[in-house]
Order: sequence, then structure tokens, then C-alpha cells
Amino acid sequence: MSTTTSEVLSETTLLRFATAGSVDDGKSTLVGRLLHDSKSVLTDQLEAVERVSASRGQDTPDLALLTDGLRAEREQGITIDVAYRYFATPKRRFILADTPGHVQYTRNMVTGASTAELTVILIDARNGVVEQTRRHAALAALLRVPHVVLAVNKMDLVDYAEPVFAAIAEEFTAYALELGVPEVTAIPISALAGDNVVEPSANMDWYGGPTVLEHLETVPVTHDLSHCHARLPVQYVIRPQTAEHPDYRGYAGQIAAGSFHVGEQITVLPSGRSTRIAGIDLLGEPVDVAWTTQSVTILLEDDIDISRGDLLVPSKDAPPTTQDIEATVCHVADAPLTVGHRVLLKHGTRTVKAIVKDIPSRLTLDDLSLHPHPGQLVANDIGRVKIRTAEPLPVDSYSDSRRTGSFILIDPNDGTTLTAGMVGESFASPEPVKDASEDDGWDF
Amino acid sequence: MTTTVAQVAEGTDAPYALSHLDALESEAVHIFREVAGEFERPVILFSGGKDSIVMLHLALKAFAPASVPFSLLHVDTGHNFPEVLEYRDRVVAAHGLRLHVASVQDYIDRGVLKERPDGTRNPLQTLPLTEKIQAEKFDAVFGGGRRDEEKARAKERVFSLRDEFSQWDPRRQRPELWNLYNGRHAPGEHVRVFPLSNWTELDVWQYIAREGIELPEIYFAHEREVFSRSGMWLTAGEWGGPKDGERVEKRLVRYRTVGDMSCTGAVDSDAVTLEQVITEIAASRLTERGATRADDKMSEAAMEDRKREGYF
Repeated sequence: MSTTTSEVLSETTLLRFATAGSVDDGKSTLVGRLLHDSKSVLTDQLEAVERVSASRGQDTPDLALLTDGLRAEREQGITIDVAYRYFATPKRRFILADTPGHVQYTRNMVTGASTAELTVILIDARNGVVEQTRRHAALAALLRVPHVVLAVNKMDLVDYAEPVFAAIAEEFTAYALELGVPEVTAIPISALAGDNVVEPSANMDWYGGPTVLEHLETVPVTHDLSHCHARLPVQYVIRPQTAEHPDYRGYAGQIAAGSFHVGEQITVLPSGRSTRIAGIDLLGEPVDVAWTTQSVTILLEDDIDISRGDLLVPSKDAPPTTQDIEATVCHVADAPLTVGHRVLLKHGTRTVKAIVKDIPSRLTLDDLSLHPHPGQLVANDIGRVKIRTAEPLPVDSYSDSRRTGSFILIDPNDGTTLTAGMVGESFASPEPVKDASEDDGWDF
Repeated sequence: MTTTVAQVAEGTDAPYALSHLDALESEAVHIFREVAGEFERPVILFSGGKDSIVMLHLALKAFAPASVPFSLLHVDTGHNFPEVLEYRDRVVAAHGLRLHVASVQDYIDRGVLKERPDGTRNPLQTLPLTEKIQAEKFDAVFGGGRRDEEKARAKERVFSLRDEFSQWDPRRQRPELWNLYNGRHAPGEHVRVFPLSNWTELDVWQYIAREGIELPEIYFAHEREVFSRSGMWLTAGEWGGPKDGERVEKRLVRYRTVGDMSCTGAVDSDAVTLEQVITEIAASRLTERGATRADDKMSEAAMEDRKREGYF
């Protein structure tokens, strides 16, 4: 934090990223070192860690204590929930979703990765690519995290040998690309010794790439909006009805994908009515164009019936509306999800009644094999699901849009979040699973 | 912002990236609008401190040109800084808002709550707060809590369900996926909502500077009569300090947080402008709470325990 005021005042960009690693891969050490070496751990926090470490008889401060915030976590010495950490360099602000490595916490990894632009997957250089690594790569592919960093850790324990790193990087990259991970950056590190985390390593002069922090600082967070379908879920209708604004009627929402401009012809879904954008307010300031993820208020030329839950899209690029959704899901609740389960489905700003019509398959992340018709999904399971909704929804494929292609299922009885869903095909089903029991006369 | 918009309009090589402050602002506004769309009786916890002031500013922007569709709630410990109460009332009047007050002094006068031997009233806030929430049937309660403040808060959700006793159970939290916030709750339960979850102390100050938001004077360096207790400068006053053996002196100080006078410490400072404050915070080696909050030091899980009971 040794920045000048002008640097602090300058506006930087924000990168959300997640970590994934097995229990002993050194994830806490890496996170601790990133926080510590970027000078984001302040004296009183470090003193608290030192005090507790000493009271437990540990010689060195246990940096994992910085992230394990709950009593149960400290008692058990494990991380049981996602923690969010914040740090900054003069170039960028970071939100780190620090996710637990235990296999039974797949749901937490899904939670952390759902908002991440990048995920760091750790490997122990002595062990190479293991089942857990494949699981993490599969989750990154499933969640469509745009950037993946493979951090080959504990290089100090393999004599900083290039061939060890090269073999692991090659094996992982081939596997990840096959899954559809768009980009892999492999970095040899020692989190314990600090090699290539924040400072370049003197022990690995054969490595010419960036350190972990350099990569985090420079990876692009901008999007090519020319290939994006523009989408605006309507959150709230703003109608002041005051003397000053008697006729103001604005449709407020956060742009989920793409961009909108004044004068553009748009269609309201699911009604299908069309009109033009008369104006865009960016939190009080009129603009000509706005893009993802800005929160805006849209004014339209015609007074048509629009309410919370509707989706504004360009008329020339509207998604189909459907009551039958096929998706890959991760079940996050303790009670299982079963065929026939009546649920609520939240997509964008709309929540509708739905029923689980079929669970065609369950995925084993270790080897990506499919188990047909498992009957139910239990906590942390990933599977394919067919859902019938009570009302038509305009859904995109998750591979096109992480925001309008995602949904959650909610238990209507107690409000529990049951399941995270990603619409459309995924690597988990290279060929659509045929459902022989297709029932056109099915009655909701 | 204007230059970026122009670039896009001209179809040049536009970055389409939001600055970190724009991204945080947009996310917070989205959260305010979700609550307005899904809840019947939301309320904003408003203490007159910088975080709640930023929350109100964001709410005003989220619903402009209409007014904010929420009322405000202040938990008055009876040991408030007069400058902050004055600020509170002025802001409420300026925006035509409705203010609810839950009074700790009231509970002490009625004999429901008992003054603690150490004089701190922060833990006493929980009962008046939760009873007010139940009495007014608030179903969504905005708090200015940030995850960077404390490690129990680092685990807090943006939408955090509280049971009919206003209790937080950190092991039974709903996973929060994408930006699909789940606000479902049974009658009697409510949801605590934290629009500033992803902001840091520095973000809050940078945003205040960028937006030109007015703050109570105690955030800037001023001469004040203080005395030292547990390594912190506390304001001398009728709330119960100084005790015997504690010496009052006049110092140039400012506050990093605003809370109950009995447990909120001042820091030595000569920062009188926003830029000087930001420079000071960027260089500080202490967190906001470590520097100025006595109550968080009581035990390693002090915050977690109070949050479980219903505290923010």
C-alpha cells in the first residue's frame, strides 16, 4: 500500500477471482502470501494471528488464520465456507473468493466461481495432476470461468526443475482445453518461499512468464461486446409521479450482457411487444450508450406494459422463450433434489413455479463419466436436469451468457437455495441425453 | 465516464471495463433495487456514520428521480456524538425521509437493560434493534457492514437470513450464486442486506471524495478533549469517562468510525480534507476496527458471537 495519493485516487479496475486447491496443496499459504506481500495484511490483523498461533504453541504465524473466520473453522482447522478477501495494488483491486478444497464442499467452489473472472488451481509439483485437479478444471469449465491459472506449487521441493513443471503444465493444459477452458496460464511457484507469487523467482531463470500477481494485474477484464446478446432484466419500475416528473416511467436494472443505445429497437419478453429506447439514465446522468454490468434506467418511446421480471432485448437478437429448460446443475442443499420436486426457479429478476421433470444423468467429476437416471441429486452432485416452468422464460445458453443462462432453484416451503443451474449443453453431455419418456400431454 | 462513452459511441477500441468504483456502485444499486422489488417493508440502518451515509447516497441514486422507497432506522445508544445526531436529522429532513429510532437509554430507564460495568453500550444495541424490527415488521434491513472489516464479516452473505429471534447461523447460510439473491423468508423472519459487502474502507473514502458527499465533522481532524483507555483516545463526556486516574487532554484527532462514544476511539490526525484522510488511511498499518473499536477486542469471536445474537 506504499502508493502515492494520486495513485490511490486514480480509478483502477476490479478483478474477481477464486482459488481452488486440495487440502495440502498450500492454498492458504498462497493466499496468505498474496495478501501479505501485497501489504494488505495490517499490523493489528497480523498481531492477532501471531497471538493465536503462539497460544497454540506454533512457532510461526499461521496465515490460514487470516481467512478462517468462524469459530468452527478455527476449532477444526479447516475452511468450511467461502470467505471473501480484498486487496489492492496500484494497478487493480481484487476480490478473492477463497473456497475450501474438500470434495464435500463442491457447492462452495461453485459459489466462488460463479462470480469469478479467473480461477487459480493449485497443484503440488511432487504429485502432478491428480483427481482433485481434474475436478477443479471440470468445475472451471462448467462455470465458464474465462481465465484459468495453473499454479504448480512447491517447486522448491522438486529442485526447481523445469521438466517437472513442463510435464505438469502440458498434461493439465491438454485436459483443460479438451473440457473447453478458453485459456490456461501455467506458473511455477513456491508459495512458502515466495517464488513467482509476487516477486520473480531467482531459482527459476528458465521461466520467462509473469508472476501470479503480475498475471492477476494484467489479465483483461474487458469484454468483446460485439458478440454478446444484449440483455436487461427489469428489476423495478421507477415512477416518481411528482409535479416535477409527472410522466416519468423508467425501467431500472443492471445490464446482464452486451450494450444498449438510445434509439435502438427493443422487444419486451415474454410479451413480445416492441418499441424504441427513448433515453438511458446512468444513475442520474443521461448517456447515449450503456453496457454490462452498469445499473441503468431505460426510458421507452411507447407506454407499454412492463414490470419486474420482464427482459428487454434488441428486437433483432431476442432469445426464444420456453417452459422446458434443460440444464446442468450443481445441487447445493443438504436435502436431495428428486424427480417431481416442486420448486421455485429464479432467473434474472423473475421467480416462477417449476417442477423437476427428469434427472437424466449425474456426472462424476473425477472421470467425467455419466450415470444415467440417478433418481436424485444429493448435496454437491452435478447432473443434468429437465425442468418445466409454469410461465415461459427467455433463457440463453449459459455458454453465451453467464447471467441470463443461469438460475437458482428455491424450496417454496422454507426458502432454501437448492440448486445452481446452467442452461443448455455443456461438456458434461457432448451428445444430448435422449429422453424416451417425453410427455407432451404433461399437465403442470 | 464521458470519455469512455464517447469512445464506444464512435466505435473505437473501447475497453468496456468499469472502474472499480463504478463496478461497486453498480452492484450496490442492483442490490437496493432487488430489495425494493422483492420486499414489503425494507428499512436502512442509519447511524450517521460514513458507511450508512454512502448507503443512503446509493439508494438516492438507485431510485432517482423518484424518492427512496425505504425508511431509516437509527439505534440510539444514548452516547452519540452530538455532531452526528445533528447531521442525521438534517439529512432526514433534506430528503423527506421517515426516521425510526430505537433507544438504548429507553431500555435502561425502563429497567429492561442494565448498564455494563465497563460503560460500553455497543452490546446493548442488539435488543432494541431486534425488537424494533419485529414491532415494525421490517422484512429487509440494510446494514453498512463490509466484509473487509472483520473475519466473521468476511463470511457474511449479501442477503443474510435471520430467524424470528433475529439470529445468524453462519453454518446454515444460503450459498450466493451469480447475482441471483434469494430473499425468501417466513413471516417473522427478516433478511439483513449488505450492499457494501465488497467495499473496503478505502473504497468508501474514494467514493465519498468522487461523489462529493458531506460527512459529519468528526471524521476530520479537530481539537477535542480526550483521555486514554486501553490504548485508545476516548472522548470525555457525560457517558462516563474519564474515570479516576484517567487524565483528560486536548489533542488534534479524528474518527475513522462512528459508534457509541464509550467504545469508539479517535486517532491522532491532522487530516482536514478528504484527500488528506485518504492519504492517511492508505498509509495506515492498522485496520479501522483495530484502531478504533474496543468491543471487537473482547474475544477472538466477539463479532461472530454478537452477530449470532442479532447484532449487525
